[in-house]
Amino acid sequence: MNDLSAPSRITYGAVLVQPAVVRRIRGLSDKALAWLFITPTMVLLLAINIFPLVWTIYLSFTNYRANRANAPVKWLGIDWYQTILTDPDIWAAMQVTAHFVFWTVVIETVLGFGLAFLIDKKFRGHGVWTTIILLPMMLSPAVVGNFWTFLYQPQIGLFNYVVAFITGRPASSFQMLGDVTLSPWAIVIVDAWMWTPYVMLICLAGLRSIPDYIYEAAEVDRASKWRQFWSITLPMALPFIMLAVLFRGIENFKMFDMVNLLTGGGPGSTTEVASITLKRAAFESWRTGYSSAFAIILFVTVFGLANIYVKALNRVKNR
Amino acid sequence: MSIANTAHSVVEPSSNTRRLAGSLVVLYAVVSMIPLVWIVLTSFKSPDDAISYPPKIVFTPSLEGFCNLFTTRSRQTPEFIRSLGPSQGLCEEIARSRNMVVAGPSNYVPRFVNSLIIAFGSTVLAVALGTLSAYGFSRFRVPLKDDLLFFILSTRMMPPIAVAIPIYLMYRTIGLSDTRLGMILLYTSVNVSLAVWLLKGFIDEIPREYEEAAMIDGYTRFQAFVKVVLPQATTGIAATAIFCLIFAWNEYAFAVLLTSGNAQTAPPFIPIIIGEGGQDWPAVAAGTTLFLVPIVVFTVLLRKHLLRGITFGAVRK
Repeated sequence: MNDLSAPSRITYGAVLVQPAVVRRIRGLSDKALAWLFITPTMVLLLAINIFPLVWTIYLSFTNYRANRANAPVKWLGIDWYQTILTDPDIWAAMQVTAHFVFWTVVIETVLGFGLAFLIDKKFRGHGVWTTIILLPMMLSPAVVGNFWTFLYQPQIGLFNYVVAFITGRPASSFQMLGDVTLSPWAIVIVDAWMWTPYVMLICLAGLRSIPDYIYEAAEVDRASKWRQFWSITLPMALPFIMLAVLFRGIENFKMFDMVNLLTGGGPGSTTEVASITLKRAAFESWRTGYSSAFAIILFVTVFGLANIYVKALNRVKNR
Repeated sequence: MSIANTAHSVVEPSSNTRRLAGSLVVLYAVVSMIPLVWIVLTSFKSPDDAISYPPKIVFTPSLEGFCNLFTTRSRQTPEFIRSLGPSQGLCEEIARSRNMVVAGPSNYVPRFVNSLIIAFGSTVLAVALGTLSAYGFSRFRVPLKDDLLFFILSTRMMPPIAVAIPIYLMYRTIGLSDTRLGMILLYTSVNVSLAVWLLKGFIDEIPREYEEAAMIDGYTRFQAFVKVVLPQATTGIAATAIFCLIFAWNEYAFAVLLTSGNAQTAPPFIPIIIGEGGQDWPAVAAGTTLFLVPIVVFTVLLRKHLLRGITFGAVRK
């Protein structure tokens, strides 16, 4: 039994059919150990995730306000949910979020896949350049968002200077963060700058998972490069692309830190993504019950969309 | 196809393709590095150089940004400054040249220390809990295993602000508001889901036969876990730890909502570094540079495991 060179299946089977051997050894049983190992994590998650979630659900049915903790709490039923679902401000925030999620995901997927496709050509030094490209996504979104406000300054910012240099328009003629039409794109640009490498990394794994012999067979069949791309590369990398889209979609639906520091939701509410609306309701106007209901709606939305998407992803994977 | 290429497989890209791909990637890398290089350059500029138009690429380096980051200064009359003795240290000298004196240290160092304590504390806890659970899920028959694992993952789908509302109330009730312990527990609970998923992947890859052989030799299951599995999982544990560290280090939403003075970390602090007449950009840049350096180092260390980390172990190379 000590012979590790023996075929692994047999060793494994032998242990399974001889549980007595294991049990005779001193120490905790496997079952006790399993619970001992898993319980601490579960207790922590119950205390810091589930208990608060249940509390949020309770609060969402009441008129509780965190800044008036001693006021009597009244049960409101589903009033807040009705208010929120018919509130034009909430729908405006959802539209801003949708615009942000849609365009960041599209731009990051196109650029990220393009980069991965180029890096997969294995030019000299591709490893070093890949690491350099990956840097932005590891940084703190808050700190980076804050610094981009400097780059976006109309008079002194580097971004405006570069745009002015290329287009010839004076640098002070446009304000990326102060203009209602430009600011939604300002946050998309920063997010794309930060997270394109993320999509690139996942797509690169997808491209590298395609075995060479498929391309060799296609060459033998005289399929053009163009045809190979559409019939082999893209379909086989699709599950990876979809996974990247899933992760970016969820993350950007929850987006708070970077946008909060870049625009704080402004000008007006043109960049007020859902999380910022939630923060304003919860921590500025202290409508705790109302914001709890909105939080639950957001959670259910993310959870539901992610589940539907994962089903689609699995269908593509098993094709 | 050129003769030099015939030795390769037919699917190898030609040298021209490679050169073109290489130059496009390098172009992207260089452009995407500009903002980061600009942060570092700005941290060494004087306030006047930082806000000059057109932006200055060549400038006289100055440590004023770093001085302003670490000190608070107060404006004084020239007469008062002349009455002082010789200035001590570079920062005092810079301050006096602007009719100010150094009043004391700024809050940057305490915030940085908070970031360190909270990041390391939560990482140690999350990795410890995560390793135990990952081993449990990897090796034992746990009832509802898939449901529990999915539950652990789903805790990451809540928007942070939504989590912060009840946590704020809960911490206020039990006295954990604005404490390092409270932030450590919160970040641990966020990181533990990543730790379980990543470490389960790493432990799954360690053959069971090693432990089973050790157990036949008389080890208990626990001894086998400590003496056989843990040493094998060192790389995975280290990679997971760095991911947890980076998350806790970068986190902003919880930090800005749940801490104010005592336990505030660096990310909510850096954006509110204000000089006279608005943001003191060289000081902000200096704070940002110092804050980002550890992450750059970690990214280079982690590059082989990045893919796994960012996809919760869903994609492995």
